[in-house]
Amino acid sequence: MNDREDHEGVSGIAGLSRREFLTVALTAGGGLLLTLNVPSAAGAVAPYQAAGTLNPYIRIDPDGTITLVAKNPEIGQGMKTTLPMLIADELDADWSDVRVEQAMLDPIYGPQFAGGSLGTPLNWIPMQRVGAAGRQMLLTAAAHIWNVPLDECAAQHGTVRHRPSGRTLGYGALASRAATLPAPDLNTVRLKTPAEYTIIGRFTGGVDSPRVLAGEPLFGIDMRLPDLSYAVYAKAPVFGARLVRANIEELKAQPGVRDAFVLRASQPDAAVRMGLVDGVAIIADKWWDAQKALRKLRAEWDPRAASNQSTHAFALEADRLAQKTPQTVLRRDGDVETALAQAHKTVSAAYAYPFLAHATLEPQNCTARLGHDGSLEIWAPTQNPAPGAKLVAETLRIDPGKIRVHMTRVGGGFGRRLNNDYMVEAAAIAQHARRPVKLLWNREQDIQHDSYRPGGFHHFTAGLDAEGRLTAFRDHFITFGQNGRVASSADLPRDHFPAGFVPALQYGQSLIELAVPTGPMRNPGGNALAFAFESFLDEVAHAGGRDPLALRLALYGPARVLPAPPPRYGLRIPPFDTGRVRGVLEEVARRSGWAHRDRLPSGTGMGLAFYYSHFGYVAEVVQASVDADGVPHVHKIWAAVDIGSQIINPAGAYNQAQGAILDGLGQALHLLVTLDEGRVLQKNFDTYRLLRIGEAPPLEVHFVRSDNPPTGLGEPALPPALPALCNALFAATGKRIRALPIDPKHLRSTAA
Amino acid sequence: MQFSILINGERRSVEADPDTPLLWVLRDDLHLSGTKYGCGIAQCGACTVHLDGVPARACVTPISAVGSAPVVTIEGIGTHEWGRKVKAAWLELDVMQCGYCQAGQVMSATALLAKNPRPTDADIDQAMHGNICRCCTYTRIRAAIKHAAGLPTADTREKRS
Repeated sequence: MNDREDHEGVSGIAGLSRREFLTVALTAGGGLLLTLNVPSAAGAVAPYQAAGTLNPYIRIDPDGTITLVAKNPEIGQGMKTTLPMLIADELDADWSDVRVEQAMLDPIYGPQFAGGSLGTPLNWIPMQRVGAAGRQMLLTAAAHIWNVPLDECAAQHGTVRHRPSGRTLGYGALASRAATLPAPDLNTVRLKTPAEYTIIGRFTGGVDSPRVLAGEPLFGIDMRLPDLSYAVYAKAPVFGARLVRANIEELKAQPGVRDAFVLRASQPDAAVRMGLVDGVAIIADKWWDAQKALRKLRAEWDPRAASNQSTHAFALEADRLAQKTPQTVLRRDGDVETALAQAHKTVSAAYAYPFLAHATLEPQNCTARLGHDGSLEIWAPTQNPAPGAKLVAETLRIDPGKIRVHMTRVGGGFGRRLNNDYMVEAAAIAQHARRPVKLLWNREQDIQHDSYRPGGFHHFTAGLDAEGRLTAFRDHFITFGQNGRVASSADLPRDHFPAGFVPALQYGQSLIELAVPTGPMRNPGGNALAFAFESFLDEVAHAGGRDPLALRLALYGPARVLPAPPPRYGLRIPPFDTGRVRGVLEEVARRSGWAHRDRLPSGTGMGLAFYYSHFGYVAEVVQASVDADGVPHVHKIWAAVDIGSQIINPAGAYNQAQGAILDGLGQALHLLVTLDEGRVLQKNFDTYRLLRIGEAPPLEVHFVRSDNPPTGLGEPALPPALPALCNALFAATGKRIRALPIDPKHLRSTAA
Repeated sequence: MQFSILINGERRSVEADPDTPLLWVLRDDLHLSGTKYGCGIAQCGACTVHLDGVPARACVTPISAVGSAPVVTIEGIGTHEWGRKVKAAWLELDVMQCGYCQAGQVMSATALLAKNPRPTDADIDQAMHGNICRCCTYTRIRAAIKHAAGLPTADTREKRS
């Protein structure tokens, strides 16, 4: 354990001292615990299916083996381990007796998805209740068997003990009796206090990890079925282009090829909706044969009017729009023009960031089998199976009740697999070919047919008073949309910081017409907005002669809890708490030695950033320098993270925070999708450069515990990494990064 | 064409075109799907196997080039002393997130330690450069390699920079 603690800073978990405002936060935020939707079936829990099944999540075999169901897909965020841990702890199970089974898509489990860092906040209480209900049934069964009062029985490590007599019965011996008992009311089962936890909070390895390292077929791409054929599906390089003709007969004659055919788009705008688009399917006995035949494809596409869908043209259009009044005013507080005119000093800067691809390492794939009765069985590495099943039902006109979706392990999500285009393609191909098929995209198709993180442009102006305080703030955000509507994940939330913290503020917006699909990518919005806003805030601090830390502390002001926003996702949103901002800012400053950064050697700088997202508060400091070629070298990154009172699984938590920080670092350093007349130029990892091990600096992650319900960690640690790096490079070189990815030419010592 | 190859100590016979990458023979003919497809151009390392004890990218290794060289995959590496230690370290430190690249990571790490049982950070950077982890579990990959080697896992690089 010591080794782990050393390299991950576990020893650095800080206890925030309880202050009055935190109590207030608990009262307000505590509502989160009570209003979460309980899994739909669990309320109605009756004896369910096989013997020893206490509810849809818990089955106990006579030998004491406990099978727990993980309801959500596992995309690498550890939910297949975390959710059963919550059940097992309240069940008083011994973790070594537990095996975990992946649920199928089934309404009995309520919402089943991996996204929005919502796995923890949506399931923290419901899964504990499921376990507590199971424990109560086991205790009651023992009390019945012994004919003793229930309160004389206690559960521990998979055994019920009758305290006065010392008699014990294992869960395996009790389960079939317990399964016949009425299910307790989930809303009134007693939950443990944190001091009683035996599994929650323990470093717990991923339940599938030994099987992954044994090479077992767990991922979608590994799916096997009798008589399975392999499919590839070729789509237009230009988004939305229609297929005019293709050499189908020649493709059919290729070695190993069973069939080749054309599929048509389900609707005119299917490309931006991530539905079924025009393409050529090739089916072979081996995937390699299908892939080889694909090279022989000669297809003519009608590219439509895509000539303006280019990175270069977008930049010109953004410049043009920047000269004009914003098309829409998203928010106006006070009189920003007057406040800017009266400011002691104004600062203006333009920021830009590119489109990005998700590039999950497991390329998109899906296996589908049509039954003789018209049913359809699907095995999909998806983050979001229910909308996938709906898309398949609607597109192929299949009765939704006849679609069964298996959730395979997922080789990376990052938001890409919230869309289900690969699922509808596989289903359509299986339906047309009337045989089971595994569709697998090659890497080039994967990078060129994504739902991209949209690029964007910000034109900021800030007004400062004589003390360097921010008195006015204006952003003209130039983003993308279709027919006047903002494209998926291309929006600026009207409450985005510093809105609400500056007396005069205006967010304006203008749209560039986009025919390229976009979608959520890990920390949608935040992964781009943090770079622009937190970098510009650093400019404001320097312009006003203020310490970037002090500027932020002053802007957020004294510790207080703001009014709670309206509920989202069916759950009460925890209110924003400036005390938690302060907590992580002060912690990261202390850990990184921020106050002593002037002692760093010349040419080395520290940068700071803070971002609130997905209910998590994260502050990061990057220390970096630049070599003679202008290439950034990151020496170290410190992070302070507040996701509430309880780290459910430290094994997963540190990993998520570290991975998200490095993900952000890689985006800032390298990642770029270039559009050229409606197509993506990058094709593979030689030109789409993911971060490699030598570029991953030492990291320190410190969790700041605050008195709030635990929230998710898949996303919140990513955004601050980008601006903290750029701010560090400014401190090191005096050169400001206002466009991503970072261009070393701009940082060379001779550069202007 | 018929090929006879030695995989994980077992002789296997497969029918394939000579240009078929070893990766697809492993995955689709022999059902050894622990070796993963990531890029097809030797850029990501997800398909790393050992060919005669040396890490090789199976996605660009034609079956016809394997010849008599013994092939070891993730399914067989656990019988190798370093393979066993590396896997144990991977589990103890809970390295993986999505896990898709990890078979390749383990194969590269095992080859490194078999050749160099006390690697420096620079050695690790070099040996693992070809293996992308999209989840960016690099912190733990580095620590797990050191842990398997019996070295302290603390990341002390910044103290030397």
